[in-house]
Amino acid sequence: MTTDMTSRTAAASPAAAPAASAAPAVRTGRRRARRSGALAVVPLLLFTAIAFGLPAAAMLDGAFSVRDPASGTASYGLGNLTASLQGAYLTALVGSVELSATSAVLAALLGLLLAQAIVTSPLRGLREAVLTASGVLANFGGVPLAFAFVATLGNSGVLTRELGLTDTGWNLYSFWGLVLVYLYFLVPLMVLTITPALDGLRTQWREAAQNNGATHRQYWQHVALPVLAPSLLGGLVLLFGSAFAAYATAAAMVGSSVPLVTLQIADAISGNVLIGQENVALALSLDMVLVAGLVMAVYLPLQRRSARWLA
Amino acid sequence: MPRNAALAGCLAVVALALTACGAAPEKADNKTATGKDAATATSAADFGGMDALVEAAKKEGVLHAMALPRDWANYGAVIDGFTEKYGIKVEVENPDGSSQDEINAVTSRRGQDRAPDVLDLGTSFAVSGAQQGLFAPYKVAAYGDIPSAQRDDQARWYNDYGGYISIGCDASRVKNCPTSFKDLLKPEYKGQVALNGNPTKSGSAFGGVYAAALANGGSLDDIQPGIDFFGQLKKNGNYTPVESTPATVEKGETPISIDWDYLNAGYADQFKGKGVDWKVAVPEDGKYAQFYAQAINKDAPHPAAARLWQEWLYSPEGQNLWLKGYARPVLMSTMEGAGTLDKAAAARLPQVSGTPTFPTEAQQTAAKGVLAQSWGKAVAG
Repeated sequence: MTTDMTSRTAAASPAAAPAASAAPAVRTGRRRARRSGALAVVPLLLFTAIAFGLPAAAMLDGAFSVRDPASGTASYGLGNLTASLQGAYLTALVGSVELSATSAVLAALLGLLLAQAIVTSPLRGLREAVLTASGVLANFGGVPLAFAFVATLGNSGVLTRELGLTDTGWNLYSFWGLVLVYLYFLVPLMVLTITPALDGLRTQWREAAQNNGATHRQYWQHVALPVLAPSLLGGLVLLFGSAFAAYATAAAMVGSSVPLVTLQIADAISGNVLIGQENVALALSLDMVLVAGLVMAVYLPLQRRSARWLA
Repeated sequence: MPRNAALAGCLAVVALALTACGAAPEKADNKTATGKDAATATSAADFGGMDALVEAAKKEGVLHAMALPRDWANYGAVIDGFTEKYGIKVEVENPDGSSQDEINAVTSRRGQDRAPDVLDLGTSFAVSGAQQGLFAPYKVAAYGDIPSAQRDDQARWYNDYGGYISIGCDASRVKNCPTSFKDLLKPEYKGQVALNGNPTKSGSAFGGVYAAALANGGSLDDIQPGIDFFGQLKKNGNYTPVESTPATVEKGETPISIDWDYLNAGYADQFKGKGVDWKVAVPEDGKYAQFYAQAINKDAPHPAAARLWQEWLYSPEGQNLWLKGYARPVLMSTMEGAGTLDKAAAARLPQVSGTPTFPTEAQQTAAKGVLAQSWGKAVAG
């Protein structure tokens, strides 16, 4: 054990030393390569500017321009933004965050357990099957998913009638119903995201911990989870974003009975009832961008730590 | 603002030489016999009579419309009839679109070939669109016969067809079909009562809430009792948030659906023999009627065809086609007097007593404001 450890460090340090001393020599050549590399990025930047930048600019412009309903003239102001953070719009924003957070946390837990199960399973075929299925199911969303659930668990769904679920108080068209449907594509997404990180956990670490007398729980608490934490958090951010932006499934399933910001945007931007709400919809989109930005801000500093261990 | 954005978008895209934005239409041959531009003609007489209008429209050959579902108020037959009679192709883009989608298309595609020629709008969208100067004034031959409360005095829009809020019910699934809003609260309708959409988005669902308000002590000035009514339905478990569509009606997911009577009556025909025995009742306790409106895009790429389409819609033929789809055409009483009304079709309409009252623009705006704020809270859960 001890010899093993020392030989390891001994092997590692000579490798690190030359790399450090060679760095200044390499730098100039790398800089030249970087300059020509920058040119190759131009098409991507142009594409981003048009496909992402222009809509974002239009969104900002619209979110801040307030139209006077009587005269029809527009001026810049905070009216839309204020409106988007009040009353029903605020409820919808909070509702979206609650729904996304709940389903993301649940999906992250379930996904982690499932991924751990297939990583440690000796059956190679099972692992492949689960991963392939996850790849398919993670992309199964929208209206088809909603109708699959309506047909299965809706008011006159097959299972609902077979099992008499209505009498037990089951209602698909509720907050928890929607969470269930979201889990259907979020759990596979989590499995896909976390499996590489679980693969990166070296068996030696576990053996080392066990040899030092650590219990299973201590190993997870002090070794595995801290190493996994950034990946877990990254997965959580991804799931949150995925649920936060989901629209079609919710629109087809719950209509207006679960307040969601994406549904409110749709109502405001294309409907038969509300007039002159387009810019409030843009302000709501801006709110969404801000929420997503906040969530990302928590994750990004931790990403570097994850890279250090699992590279 | 949207115009600037579109311009900027066009410039950027052209600069990349990816594709050009929709080309400007060629308006070379749109002069009428009297030397007027078809785009500014305000009546068939401006073209030199109906025949000249038909001639000019045929030359354009195409009518571009939006948001006209074929299974809505018999629009399928209305469109086919027009094509058959005048040989003009009708393109319907985004058939299930909304009034706001139509207005968006008018403002964002100004000067493009793909802009809609004609619009079928909720009345309040027609009013606000006219205020923004989006529509061309045009008087159809029957303009004078349209009740004055149902037309713009500058002829920029006028009502076309409408109906009452009704309760549709699948009698093969529901033992006793409800016929009033009061009935809907009965515990036997657990999880069965649906609207045709979200009332902050769908005009018919909005009408449903208005009708419920009238049935529960509200008025055209006070929609709150309607919202409370649905809150109560939600609480006792009768309300189902599934939005009723032909598919959900056929599948039985929305066995009771509050919707326009012409849609509900249409379902009865459509699903006869498919295990759906669809009964329609206009509730006596909450009678609410609403009409849609027609307008011509000011920058219509096919201005003559757009005007001919209006003449077609307000001819006895066009009006009777709507009536066959259970929608009440705006010229119904005039046609009854003139003897041009399709009596058989009129007799098949769900029975209603009395004359409808309509909320004013101000009343509607106020009601929508209240609804947008408190609907979500009422049915959340």
